[in-house]
Amino acid sequence: MSFWQFLQLNWSELLLLVRQHVVLVFISILIAVVIGVPTGVLLTRYRALRGPVLGLANVMQTIPSLALFGFLIPLPFIGGIGTRTALVALVLYSLLPIIRNTVTGILGVDPNVREAAVAMGMTSSQVLRQVELPLAMGVIVTGIRVATVIAVGVTTIAAAVGAGGLGVYIFRGLRQYDNNLLLAGALSAAALALAADFFLGWLQLQFSFETKRSDSRSTVLKLALAAGVLILVVGGLIFLRDRDPSKSGGQARVSVGSKDFTESALLAEIAAQMLEARGVSVERRFELGGNLPHEAMVSGTLDLYPEYTGTSYTAILHHTPISDPRAVYDQVKQEYATRFNVEVSPPLGFENTFAILVRGEEARRLNLKTISDAARQTPRWRAGFGQDFMSRADGYPGFSKTYGLRFAEVREMDLSLTYIALSSRQVDLVAGNSTEGRIATLDLFQLADDRRYFPPYEAVYLVRQDSLTRVPALHEVMAKLANGISTDEMRRLNYEIDGNKRDPKEVVKEWLAKRGF
Amino acid sequence: MTDVADKALVEFHNVNFSLSGTNIITDLNLTVERGETLVLLGESGCGKTTTLKMVNRLFEPSAGEVRVEGKTTIAWDPIALRRRIGYVIQEGGLFPHFTIARNVGLVPALAGWSQKRIDDRVRELLSLVGLDPKRFADRYPRELSGGQRQRVGVARALAADPPLLLLDEPFGALDPLTRASLQREFADLTTRLSKTAILVTHDVREALILARRIGLMHKGRLPLLVTPEEFLASDHPQVRAYIETLELKGADH
Repeated sequence: MSFWQFLQLNWSELLLLVRQHVVLVFISILIAVVIGVPTGVLLTRYRALRGPVLGLANVMQTIPSLALFGFLIPLPFIGGIGTRTALVALVLYSLLPIIRNTVTGILGVDPNVREAAVAMGMTSSQVLRQVELPLAMGVIVTGIRVATVIAVGVTTIAAAVGAGGLGVYIFRGLRQYDNNLLLAGALSAAALALAADFFLGWLQLQFSFETKRSDSRSTVLKLALAAGVLILVVGGLIFLRDRDPSKSGGQARVSVGSKDFTESALLAEIAAQMLEARGVSVERRFELGGNLPHEAMVSGTLDLYPEYTGTSYTAILHHTPISDPRAVYDQVKQEYATRFNVEVSPPLGFENTFAILVRGEEARRLNLKTISDAARQTPRWRAGFGQDFMSRADGYPGFSKTYGLRFAEVREMDLSLTYIALSSRQVDLVAGNSTEGRIATLDLFQLADDRRYFPPYEAVYLVRQDSLTRVPALHEVMAKLANGISTDEMRRLNYEIDGNKRDPKEVVKEWLAKRGF
Repeated sequence: MTDVADKALVEFHNVNFSLSGTNIITDLNLTVERGETLVLLGESGCGKTTTLKMVNRLFEPSAGEVRVEGKTTIAWDPIALRRRIGYVIQEGGLFPHFTIARNVGLVPALAGWSQKRIDDRVRELLSLVGLDPKRFADRYPRELSGGQRQRVGVARALAADPPLLLLDEPFGALDPLTRASLQREFADLTTRLSKTAILVTHDVREALILARRIGLMHKGRLPLLVTPEEFLASDHPQVRAYIETLELKGADH
C-alpha cells in the first residue's frame, strides 16, 4: 500500500490522533505557563530560591520521558493511565524552559528602566505588570516556544500510557514494521512542531519591543485575532472530543484495555464490540505498554483486558514456570481472586506460546513432527532467536538443554524478522509466536513441544469482580468466548492486521458476524 | 513649623550612608529651598547620585534623616512621596514598550486621572518641551533622537506637576550643541514654572549655567555650597581643578 493510499484510508483516525496530540500539548503548556511564569517571577524576588528550584526543574528534564511516565503511574491522584498522567509528565517537562526564561527575561530588563519605574511611584506589582513582564515577554515567549516544541515530541511517548496522540501510530508502526504508520505519525508530529514553532515565533515578534514602530498600533488587533483563532481551533478540538460518543455517559460503561501488540488489541476489540452490541458503552484504552494494563486494572481504571495465563503466573505472581496448563490456570484464577479481586475468564481456546518453526517443505521432506524429531538435524542448522527468547527464564538455555539441541550457529535477531529469515533460508529454525499470522502465509511448520518444555500461555480475559456485578453483559460475553477462538483463527486474524494491514475494527466486525456472536 | 523650615523643601540632617561597610556619604547637611535649582557637582563615585536617591527614598540613610516638605522620608509612604517628585535620568529612562504619550502620561495615569485629562496634559507638556504632539505622541522611544528622548524625559517628570524635580546627569549623553540648547530651555522652564530642582552633574559648565547654588561633592562629603559667582572666586583646590578644565576647553575653541 502506498503512503498516499494509507492516508486516504486512515485520514479520519490520523485526524483524531492529531487532535489528541494538539489538545495534550496545548493544555499542558497552558498549565506550565500558569505555574511557570509566577514561579519565575518569584525566583527573581527571592534569589535564595533560584538555585534549588531551577536545579529541580533541570533534573525533571533529564529524566527520560518513558521513565517519568513509569514513576507517575503508581502515584495516587496524578498517576494512573491516560490523559492525566500524560499531562502531569508534559507539564513537568515544560516547566524548566518557561521558568528559566521568565527569570532571565525579568533580570534582563534594563536596570535604568526599572529604577525609573520605581521612582515614578509605581508599586512593585505595577512595576511587574506594566514594565518587567511586558519587557521580558519576548524572552518568556521564547521559553514557551522551546517548551512547546519539546512537548510535541514528548507527547508521542504519551501513547505508552494510553493518552493517545500521534505516538499511537509511531509505536504501532515500530511494532508492525509498517513504514506508513511510522511516516504518518512522525511526519504529522514534525509538522505540528514546525507549525507551533512558526506560530510562537510570530507571536514573539509581536512582543518584541525592539521592532515596535509607530505603525504597529495594529499589533493589539493582530494579537487579538491570533488569540481568537487559537481559542477557536483548540476549543473546537476539545468540544469535538467531548462529543465523542464513546465518552458520553451511557447506562453501563466499561473500560477495555489491551497490551501493546496486535493480538492483545484484537482480543480487546472483540470484547469491546461484543459489549457494544449489548448496549454497553465502551472506553477503549488500547496498546498500553509493559505491565500498565495490570496496574490500571488493579487501581480500577480498567475493567477488562486480555492476558496469557503464563504471563500472569510468572510476571505478575512471580512463580517459577511449570508446564501443566490446568495447574497454571487454576493457580492464577485463585490468586487473582484473593489478591486483586479480579476474575479470570474461561480460556479462549488458543495459546500464544513460543512456537519452534521450520520451513514446511523441509518438515514434509524430513517427516518432522516434533522438536525431538528435529534434534538429529540441528547440528547442521542455523537457528534465529529473538532477544527475548535468548534471555528469559523459559527461553533458549532450558530449551536447548531439555531437547539436547546443538546448532551450527545461533543468531540473535529481532523477533519479527525471524519469520522472513526462516522462509528465505537465512536460518533453518526459529522460535516464533504460535499465533503469528505469517506462519500460515509463509508455509512454516510448528514442531510439537513433545517434552512439554514451554509453559502454557493460554489466552484469557481478566475482569474486575465489581465490574462483573455492575455490568451483567460481561458474564454473557465471557461465556460466549470460552473456547471460541482456535489457534488457526487467531493466526488468520493477526495476519489480516499485520500482513494485510487492515483496520482491526473491520476485521473484528467481520469475524463476529461470521461467528454469529 | 518655623518660617525657615517652611521655605526648605528638602533637608539633609547629619546624613550618613554606607553600603556593606563602606561609607558612601559622610555627615551630610544640606537644605534645598523652594524654587531654587541646586546642582550637585562632583566626579564619578563622589556620592552625588546616592544623595539624590535618598530624596525619593530609593535609598534610606544609614544615620541622620532626610526631610521632604518637613517630613522624614521614612515617615512618608514611598509611593506617595515619589509621585510628588519628578525624576529624570540619563537617556530619560523611558519605557521602550510605551508610546511617547503613554510615557509622559504615566504618573497621571497611576494617579487615576481621566483619559481626557491625561491626553490634554500630554499635549500641553510635549508642546512645552518643544515636541509637536501630533508628530511624536504615538511614536516609540527608539524612533527618537537622544535629545528628543531627553525632552520626553523632562516632560514625563513634569506630568503630575510635582513641586520637586530630581535630575541625574540628564544631559550627559547628548552632543554638545543639543546639550547647550536643552540646558538653556531647562533653565527657562524651571524659572517659568518656579520648580525646585536638584540636578546632579560632573559638568562644571552645566552647573554654572543652571545652578542658583552649586554643591561641590568630594568623597562623600560636601565641602562647599555656594552661588556660581562665589564658586568661580573660590580657591578650594577641587574648584580650581574644575575651572582649569573650563579654561582649557575655552582655549580649544
